[in-house]
Amino acid sequence: MLNYHSIETFGAHEGPGLRLVIFLQGCQFKCLYCHNPDTIECKKNKEISGDEIIKRLENGREYYFPKGGITFSGGEPTLQSSEILSVFKKAKKLGFNTCLDSNGAILNESTKKLLEYTDLVLLDVKHIDNKKHKILTGASNKQTLKTAEYLEKNNIKMWLRYVLVPEFSDDINDVKKWCEHFRNYKNIEKAEILPYHALGEHKYEELSWEYKLKNIKPPTPEKISEVEKIFQKYFKKVVVR
Amino acid sequence: MSKIITEDFITGKWQTEIDTRDFVFQNITKYEGDASFLVGPTEKTQAVWNTSLEYLKKERENGGVYDIDENTVSTMTSHKAGFIGEADDVCVGLQTDEALKRSIKPFGGLRTVYSACKEQNRELSPKVIDIFTHYRKSHNDGVFSAYTEEMRNLRRTGVLTGLPDTYARGRIIADFRRVALYGVDRLIEEKIKDREKIDGEQMTEEMIRLREEIFDQILALEDLKKMAEIYGYDISKPAQNAKEAVQWVYFGFLASVKEQDGAAMSLGNLDGFFDIYIERDFARGILDEAGAQELIDQFVIKLRLVRHLRPTAYENIFAGDPTWATLSIGGSFTGKGHKINKTSFRVLQTLYNMGNSPEPNITVLFSPTQFTEGYKKFCAQVSIDTSAIQYENDDMMTEIRGYDDYGIACCVSYQKTASQIQFFGARTNLAKTLLLAINKGHDEKKNILLIPEISEIKTDENGYLIYEEVKKNLDKIFPVLAREYAKTMNVIHYMHDKYYYEKLQMSLMDTHVERTMAYGIAGISVIADSLSAIKYAKVKPIRDENGLAIDFEVIGDFPKYGNDDDRVDNIARDIVDQFNAELEKQHSYRDANPTMSILTITSNVMYGEKTGATPDGRKTGDAFAPGGNPMHGRDSTGAIASLNSVAKLNYTSALDGISNTFSFVPKTLGSNKEEQIENLVTLIDGYFNKKGHHLNINVLDRETLIHAVDHPEEYPQLTIRVSGYAVLFIRLTPAQQREVIARTFHGSI
Repeated sequence: MLNYHSIETFGAHEGPGLRLVIFLQGCQFKCLYCHNPDTIECKKNKEISGDEIIKRLENGREYYFPKGGITFSGGEPTLQSSEILSVFKKAKKLGFNTCLDSNGAILNESTKKLLEYTDLVLLDVKHIDNKKHKILTGASNKQTLKTAEYLEKNNIKMWLRYVLVPEFSDDINDVKKWCEHFRNYKNIEKAEILPYHALGEHKYEELSWEYKLKNIKPPTPEKISEVEKIFQKYFKKVVVR
Repeated sequence: MSKIITEDFITGKWQTEIDTRDFVFQNITKYEGDASFLVGPTEKTQAVWNTSLEYLKKERENGGVYDIDENTVSTMTSHKAGFIGEADDVCVGLQTDEALKRSIKPFGGLRTVYSACKEQNRELSPKVIDIFTHYRKSHNDGVFSAYTEEMRNLRRTGVLTGLPDTYARGRIIADFRRVALYGVDRLIEEKIKDREKIDGEQMTEEMIRLREEIFDQILALEDLKKMAEIYGYDISKPAQNAKEAVQWVYFGFLASVKEQDGAAMSLGNLDGFFDIYIERDFARGILDEAGAQELIDQFVIKLRLVRHLRPTAYENIFAGDPTWATLSIGGSFTGKGHKINKTSFRVLQTLYNMGNSPEPNITVLFSPTQFTEGYKKFCAQVSIDTSAIQYENDDMMTEIRGYDDYGIACCVSYQKTASQIQFFGARTNLAKTLLLAINKGHDEKKNILLIPEISEIKTDENGYLIYEEVKKNLDKIFPVLAREYAKTMNVIHYMHDKYYYEKLQMSLMDTHVERTMAYGIAGISVIADSLSAIKYAKVKPIRDENGLAIDFEVIGDFPKYGNDDDRVDNIARDIVDQFNAELEKQHSYRDANPTMSILTITSNVMYGEKTGATPDGRKTGDAFAPGGNPMHGRDSTGAIASLNSVAKLNYTSALDGISNTFSFVPKTLGSNKEEQIENLVTLIDGYFNKKGHHLNINVLDRETLIHAVDHPEEYPQLTIRVSGYAVLFIRLTPAQQREVIARTFHGSI
């Protein structure tokens, strides 16, 4: 059984094509800008079996095959790697494309096993500077970067994601360093820039949590364009979401 | 026999028999490419459209009606010629002598026309009142002279609603192409031959009636010629080129909307037909792409200007002044691939050349298996840019209905061109029907006994409803309701044939036609969720002093329709199958085949107003979801789960169509246009491959709609699709606007 938050049957932003997206409950990071803060707490939420998920996937075959597939997100899905494994195994057997949307901060035997059945990883590398990464997420970026290396060495395709937050992750030198770090990677299919937005703010009120980015406004179109141009020098495909 | 101009056309059956399908099949030029060949509007088109925009502005400023001719009963020859701009009008003809001026058609009902005039501060001509009071009965008079007390009660309470007893039935798509292909004289010759054959050893009632009908059809064809002459055209002979083909076809349609004001006056599948003449003119070197697009643009402008005079009460059932001049494009030939041609693209291009518009209700007969990628992508792009088109499952319809030459009548209703018509019958309110089961057959609002011998519903020891008991009562009610519905329809269509016969439209059809009874249901999502609540949760009726359940206490959770959950989706599917099966048992006027639709147009708001609280937790007066849609906000697992639920309804039990309206915020479809187009194509393909029937697609922001409520003047051409058709958002009532905004918008962060 998987501990999940919600299901999106029409996922157009979590990998290629249209996808069945399962948002799992629980995350070991606590990003200041998280727009789904109700997925962070590692508490018991709703339960769903792997069979139910496969049934939904199969029911959507006309939509999810062949261009789309299934994605596990959250929260942080690698907290439930062993539960996801059987789902991915079955999904692959049925011919579907599998995708994992992760912060990359866990890479144990369970995760490695899961990655054997993962076609694509959406890797959120929140910041290249470890100190700034800790401010932004509450955790170090060391394992994430090691995970990126592991994916590259094992020829697992990646889409890198970067959330552009004014004052926290929009320093141009940091952006350049982030891109440089991945300069020689062959397995990065796409780099996505996610401009910060505050549409999840009301959820913090519902949780009675303090919203620490109250005074931060979304990045300007000029800043987004500037970052996009830098990205385009390093990555063959760059998308601004 | 009149000569057919056949030079350069490929020969076939169509030369010796009236068979426009064969002509199209033999001569069509399929197009496999993309939209890059399309061009903008010519100067003439821009001039005509700009003048039209001025008229439309005046119409808005005048409260929605530009002008009325309240003195002249409208016929094909009653009004002198009218133009938009005589030099620039490439396709001529208006219903009256001026654009947007509405005419009176009292044959449908004198009272309706009288009210419509009065509401616009006009006095209906006393002469007309005298004639239709003392000398000539109307369809409306006829119907009410035969209605039984039961029929009136079912109507009054809103269990049967929207019946065409105060307005004309529409739903006849004449084969307008044959005017151009054969010329009117040849059509007259064929009708004369047909009439001579209706004779024999006996002269039965049906034969007498048919002989008279054909006689009237021949008169109508003569009038059609006279109408064209008023505009300076001789249409006795076939069209010689593309301009004439478009003009002759338009004359056929114009004649129909001068004679009749049916709720839906649709056109059929015309793009392939026009394209044949256009391709021939290209080959002859007498037409270029700009000229071809001009013909289509100007034809469509005329369709946008069609108007019918309606009383304001009509707005409740059909909001936004619709005409359902449904223009079907695309399609496929059974076993012989798609019908996509360049004009299939040109029709869509009109939405760019003249801006967005709800009419002529452009409907893509979409084949996921046969269509080209180029056409699919262009359609998706047009949806994203305009939200003005709708899609119907061509693969499923050609397979199940068995014939590939058809058009969509009104919103979702398959109709074979030239050989089939529908007897339209609006719908039954299934939510109220369920309440009848809970209230001993009494209407929950007016406390009238509608269905006798329905026992008091048994509850469990805590007062909660028991699913099997509710189902038992429902099973008793369905056959009785179906019977009364059929009887009501028989009265309506008998009288419409008698007092408001569509002689011009029928003159452009085969003499012997198939008829279908087009029944309908509203509130499928409400009854499904209600039965689910009763079955899986605990529902206690709260009764008033008369014993009527005026509210329900619902404890616990239950599966809701729209989440791809078989537990409730199968309830919905079974209800549709069951009610349809009951309708199929009933005797039909003129041996019409019973069919049923799941379609509400905008009346879902009004049906909700007339319905009390329901066991699913819906409050009294709350709007229903439109057509086959899940209730607002109850589909919470995303768009595909919602579509999967609707796709489970059997088209074979709802042959008159299953309407599904879908609204997206653009971002939900993808992060850029290219992604959005690809994903939307995947969505439409997927839904139709899963045997879904129809999709209305809206791609816009909720914020845009909210803004348009307060600033209608900024959005004159904002088109939105509601169940089965597109409407100008600013023409909806505030309640309808709120309902559209409340509709589930599939948007996520």
